[in-house]
Amino acid sequence: MSDLLHLSIYFGVVLGLSLPLGRHLAQVYGNRPTIMTPLVGGLERLMLHLGGCKVDDQQKPLAYLVTLLMFNALGAVFLYGLLLLQGILPWNPAHLPGLRPDLAFNVAVSFVTNTNWQSYGGEATLSPLSQSLGLVTQNFLSAATGMAVAAALIRSLAGHGSMGHCHVDLIRSVLHVLLPIALLGSLLLVSQGVPQNWGIPVTAHTLENQAPITIPQGPVASQISIKQLGTNGGGYFNANSAHPYENPTPLSNLLESLFILLIPAAFPWAFGRMVGDFRQGRAVFMAMTILFLGGAAVLYWAEQSPNPMVTDLAIAPMANMEGKEVRFSVRDAALWAAATTAASNGSVNSMHDSFTPLGGMVAMVNMMVGEVIFGGVGAGFYTMFVFVILTVFIAGLMVGRTPEYLGKKIESREIKLAMLAELTIPVGTLLFAALAVVLPAGRHSVLNADPHGLSEILYAYTSATANNGSAFAGFNANTVFHNTCLGFAMLIGRYGLIVPVLLLAGGLLDKKRLPVTSGTFPTHGPIFVMLLVCVVLIVGGLTFFPALALGPIAEHFLMVGHGN
Amino acid sequence: MNMNGQPERHRGHHHDPASLFTRTMLLQAVRQALLKFHPVKLAKNPVMFLVAVSTLYATILHGVHVAQGADWQPVIMQILLWLWATVFFANLAEALAEGRGKARADSLRQTRSAQKAKRLDDPQENTAYSMVPPTELDVGDVVLVEAGDIIPVDGEVIEGIASVNESAITGESAPVIRESGGDRSAVTGGTTVISDWIKVRITAKHGETFLDRMIRMVEGAARQKTPNEIALDILLAGLSLIFLVAVVTLACFAIYSGTTVPNIYLVALLVTLVPTTIGGLLSAIGIAGMDRLIHINIVAKSGRAVEASGDIDTILLDKTGTITYGNRMMESLHPLRGVSQDQLAEAITLASWQDETPEGKSIVQMGIGHFGVTVEPERIACFIPFSAQKRMSGVDLTDGTEIRKGARDSILKMIELKDGPVYDELNQIVDGIARAGGTPLVVVAERRPLGVVYLKDTIKPGIRKRFAQLRQMGIRTIMITGDNALTAATIAAEAGVDDFLAEATPERKLDFIRKAQAQGSLVAMCGDGSNDAPALAQADVGVAMNDGTQPAKEAANLVDLDSDPTKLIEVVLVGKQLLITRGALTTFSIANDVAKYFAIIPTLFMGLYPQLKAMDIMRLGDLKSAVLAAVIFNALIIVALIPLALRGVSLHSSSASALLRRHLLLFGGLGLLIPFAGIKIIEITIKALGLVGAGG
Repeated sequence: MSDLLHLSIYFGVVLGLSLPLGRHLAQVYGNRPTIMTPLVGGLERLMLHLGGCKVDDQQKPLAYLVTLLMFNALGAVFLYGLLLLQGILPWNPAHLPGLRPDLAFNVAVSFVTNTNWQSYGGEATLSPLSQSLGLVTQNFLSAATGMAVAAALIRSLAGHGSMGHCHVDLIRSVLHVLLPIALLGSLLLVSQGVPQNWGIPVTAHTLENQAPITIPQGPVASQISIKQLGTNGGGYFNANSAHPYENPTPLSNLLESLFILLIPAAFPWAFGRMVGDFRQGRAVFMAMTILFLGGAAVLYWAEQSPNPMVTDLAIAPMANMEGKEVRFSVRDAALWAAATTAASNGSVNSMHDSFTPLGGMVAMVNMMVGEVIFGGVGAGFYTMFVFVILTVFIAGLMVGRTPEYLGKKIESREIKLAMLAELTIPVGTLLFAALAVVLPAGRHSVLNADPHGLSEILYAYTSATANNGSAFAGFNANTVFHNTCLGFAMLIGRYGLIVPVLLLAGGLLDKKRLPVTSGTFPTHGPIFVMLLVCVVLIVGGLTFFPALALGPIAEHFLMVGHGN
Repeated sequence: MNMNGQPERHRGHHHDPASLFTRTMLLQAVRQALLKFHPVKLAKNPVMFLVAVSTLYATILHGVHVAQGADWQPVIMQILLWLWATVFFANLAEALAEGRGKARADSLRQTRSAQKAKRLDDPQENTAYSMVPPTELDVGDVVLVEAGDIIPVDGEVIEGIASVNESAITGESAPVIRESGGDRSAVTGGTTVISDWIKVRITAKHGETFLDRMIRMVEGAARQKTPNEIALDILLAGLSLIFLVAVVTLACFAIYSGTTVPNIYLVALLVTLVPTTIGGLLSAIGIAGMDRLIHINIVAKSGRAVEASGDIDTILLDKTGTITYGNRMMESLHPLRGVSQDQLAEAITLASWQDETPEGKSIVQMGIGHFGVTVEPERIACFIPFSAQKRMSGVDLTDGTEIRKGARDSILKMIELKDGPVYDELNQIVDGIARAGGTPLVVVAERRPLGVVYLKDTIKPGIRKRFAQLRQMGIRTIMITGDNALTAATIAAEAGVDDFLAEATPERKLDFIRKAQAQGSLVAMCGDGSNDAPALAQADVGVAMNDGTQPAKEAANLVDLDSDPTKLIEVVLVGKQLLITRGALTTFSIANDVAKYFAIIPTLFMGLYPQLKAMDIMRLGDLKSAVLAAVIFNALIIVALIPLALRGVSLHSSSASALLRRHLLLFGGLGLLIPFAGIKIIEITIKALGLVGAGG
C-alpha cells in the first residue's frame, strides 16, 4: 500500500513539474524571452553572434537537417580524438592510457547519440578531462540535439510556416533548459553528499586486513544531474546510480528518478501549447502515462513476487533482491528500472540482469517499442509522433476521410517516412542481435547459457538501437565485434529516426491546415489515446514477440515450471 | 442509397442484386485469378508478392527434399497448398471485382451501334440524306434520327422533339424527351429514338463518345491506384518488411537456442503475420468502389475522384431541382398602381411565349388559362433568352416594344431606377414575395415597371433530414440560387442548409469555391450548363448531369447518368465507404496477428522448452496442426471477407468519433477474437478429418 502511495507521489510530482516546464519549453522554442533570459540573455546573444545567426532566423527543412547532422558529426569526431589521445592529454591524475579505436568509436557514438552505453568501467578507464570535456559536454549537446529535432517538428505542426534555426534551438536548449536545471540538480545532489571536486582519489584502508583501496572521485554531481536530466544515463562510476557516491540517500534516489522523466514528460505539454491546443498535448501525455504505469506495475509485480526456485529451498518467501541495492527497496529498483528504460535514460540503481525474466522483459519491451514512453529528451516525443502518424492514418481511413493530424493531411509521403522510421528499431535490434548470436565473435561474449544468454544479447542490442544505454550484465560488450556492431546499432537507432522525422516535419510544414469539422475525428479524446497505445504495442511491440519467446518468456516458464 | 446502408441497387441492372456474382462470373473470375499469377501482375501488390515469393521458396525447398528421397510429408504438402491458395484467393477477389465491371462493359459494348446513320446533305432539309457508318461521322455533321433509329454518336438536338429510350446508358426504361434548346438537348450515342424525329449535330467522334469512355472506365482499364491506396500500400509493405525481419532473425535466435526451425514453418509464420487479409482485398475494394458508383448510375472519370469525394466537407447544391422541385410555378400577379392585372398578364405571357424553362411555360399556361390572354405570335419580333450574366429574359415586339422580366436588381439597374414612389412600391411587393420564400420576377415594358410575378418554390420533402445527417458527418451544405438574398434566406432556413449563395452568377460560384478552397475546404458541386464548366473544373469533385451540355461533362470528374443533383450526397457516401472498408480491413488484419502468434510461436518451440505449453492457450498441442490451422484460417478469411470488400462496410451517418468507436470495436475487437475461435475450430476439424495424421 505504501508502495502504491510512493508511486502516486512520484508520478504526481512528475506531472506537477512537467506542466510548468512544458510552458517554459514552449517559450524557449517560441523564441520568446523566458524567466532565464535575465540570467543567460547576454551569453545567448554572444553565442548566437559567434554562431552567425539571430534568434528569429529560419532554415529550410533540409538545411536544418544538414546543420544538425554536421553538428553531431563534428562532436563525434572531436570526442573520438579526445578518447584516443587521453594518455597524452592533461588532467589525467591516474595516468590512464588512451582508448582502443573500437572502444573510442563506441564511446564517441554512444555519447553523441544520447545513448551513453558504456562497455567499460567509467572511473577506471576515463580521465576527469575525458569525462568532463568529452562526456559531460556531449551529455548536454546530445540532449539538446533531441530537443532541437522535437522543437522543429512541433513548429512545423503548429503552422507558423517555419521550422526555426538549428543553431538557435541547440543554444537555447542548453542555456534556457539543460544548464539551469542541471545546475540546480547538481546543487541538490551535492546537498545529499554526492562529491563534486577535482578528482584526487581517496585512499582508504579496509577494516579486515588494512589493505589500501583507492576510491576515485571527481566532478561527480554535475555529471549525475545531467546524465539523469538529459536521458543520457552514463554514470561517473561503473556501478552507476547504485554507487553510494552517485546516489547516497533515499532523497537523492527519489530526485534522480524524478530527473529521468522530467524533461521528456514536459515535451507533450510544450507541444500542446505550441500548436495552440492543450488537449492534443494531453492526449500524447496520457498515452505515454498508460504505457509507463502499465509497464511499471508489471515490473513491480514481477520483482515483488517470490522466485519459486528460491522458495523451494525452504527459505522464507521474499521478493527478488538479487542485484538490488539493499539500501533501496524493490519498489525503488522497479520504479527506477521502469523509468530508465521507458525514458531512454539507461542509468541504473540495480542490476537489470538479475531481474526476474518478466521484470527484465518489461524493461526490454519499454525500449523495443521505440523509446516512446516519455522517451529521450525530445526524442521520445518525435518518435511517438511517428506512431501518431500511423494511428491517425488507420483511424482516418476508418472514418472515411483522408487522414489528417492537426489539420495537416497524412498522405503517402508521410506514411513512407513514418514506415522508414518505424523500421529502424526492429531492423537495428533484431538484425544486429541475430548477427551477434550467429557469429562466433558475437557469441563469445555471452556468459550465461541459453534463454538468459539470448536475453542478454537481445537486451544489449535493444538498448543500443533504442539509444537507452542500460545493460544486462553478464555479457562482455567490450570486444571489437560488439563495440563496432553496437556503435552502428546506436547510429541507426538515432539517425534512422531523426532523418525521416525531420523530412516528415519539412513536408508537413508546407501543408495547408484544414478546418476542423465533425467529419474530422478528434485526436485528443480517449478513443484516440487507446488506439495510439494499441498501435504502439501491436506495431511496435508485437514484432519482438518471437524473439522474446525464446528469451525472457522461455526463461519465465522454465523458472515457473522448474520442478516439472 | 439510403443513408443507413447499402446503395440501393437502383433500377435492376445487369445482375441480380441479391447475389454479388453469378455462376458464369465466378467461373470467369477463377480463370482470371489463375492468370494473375503472372509475376508482373503479382509484383503490383507488395504483400501478395512477398507471400508468393516465400511460398515458391518453400515449395522448391520441399521439392528438393523429396527429390533427394525424403518423405513427401502430407502435412507439408497441405501447408504449401494453403499458402498458394492464399495468393489464389487474393487474385480471385480482384478478378471478381473486375468481373462485375466487365459484365457491365460487355452489355454497354453491345449497345454501341454499327447501324448506319442518316447524314443530312443539307441540315435545313429533312429529306436528302446519305447512309453512312457511324465511324465516318465527323463533329459538326448533322444526322436525322427517326423513330426506331439508334442515335449513332453523342450530339445535340438542333431541331425537333422525340422520346428517347436511354436505358442502354442509364438502365432507366421509361423514355425521356429530348428537344432542341434548353437543358434537354444533349443526346448520347447508343440510345434509341422511340417516337418522332430529331436532327442531331454530332459533338463527339466515334470511339471518343461518352459510351466509349464509360466502357474503358468500367473495365478498369483506366484504373490507377488512388492516393490513399498508395499510402496504405506503403504501410502494408513496411509492415511486411518488419515481419520479414522478425521471422528471419527468429531463425537465427532458434539456432542459438539449440534448435532449427524448418523453413516451411518459417514461411508459414511469415505468411500468417504479413497483412494478407487487407493486402489481398485492397485492389478489389477499390474496383468495387467504382462499381458501386456505376450502380447508382454515376460514371467516375477516375478513381481519384471517388476517393476525393469521401473527403468533401462542403457541398454546393443548386436550389432549383435539388432542394426545391425544378418546376417553379407562377402563383400570382402583383401589378403596380396604375397597371391592370390584364396588362401585366399580357406582357408577361408575351415575354414568356418562347421561354422553354418550366417557369416560362407555367407563366404562359396560366396567362392563357387563368387570365384569358390571347397571344398573337406574329407580334413577337425576337425572343431574348435568359442569360446567367444579365439575369433577365424577354421579347422585342414588332412595334418596337421591349418587354423584360427578371430579378429586381438587374431590372432596376437596366432601367436606372434608384428612388421614387414606384421604386418604393416595387420594393415592397418584391420583399413581401421574397420573405414568403417565393421568387419575384419584375416585369418591365418600355423601361416602365408593370408589376411583379410571384413564382412559387416547393421544397422537396425529407431534404431537411438529409442535410442534418450531412452536418453530423461534418459536411456543410451551401445552397446556390439566382434568387435574391431574401428569398434565398427564407428557403435556406426552411430547407436547413448551412449557408447560401444568392444572386449567383457563374463568376460568383467560381469565386465562392476558390475562397472555400483557400480556407482548406474540399468542395463538391454539380452543374449542367456550359457556364458551370469553370466551377465544375475548379471544384474538388464536380458532378455533371448527363443531359447537361458537353463542356460541363468535360469539366466534371463524375457524370450522373440520371441527372439527379441530389445524388451528390450519395457520391460522398460511396467515397467514405471506400476508405472505411480499407481502414476496417487493415485494422482487422493487424489485430489478427495476436492470435496467430499465440498459435504458432509456442508450438514452434515446445520441443525445445516444453514449458512453453503454458502459452499455447488455444491448446493446439502440436506444431503441424497449429501451423496448418493458422494457414487455413489465413487463406479462408480472405474468401470470407470478399463480400464485405465488394459491398463495402455499411455506413452510418454519424460523427467521426462515433464512427471510429464503432469500427474500432467491430473490426479491431473482432479482429482480435475471431482468429482465436477460427483457428481452434479449424484445428478440431482437421484433426477430426485426420488430415494431420496420427501423432502429428
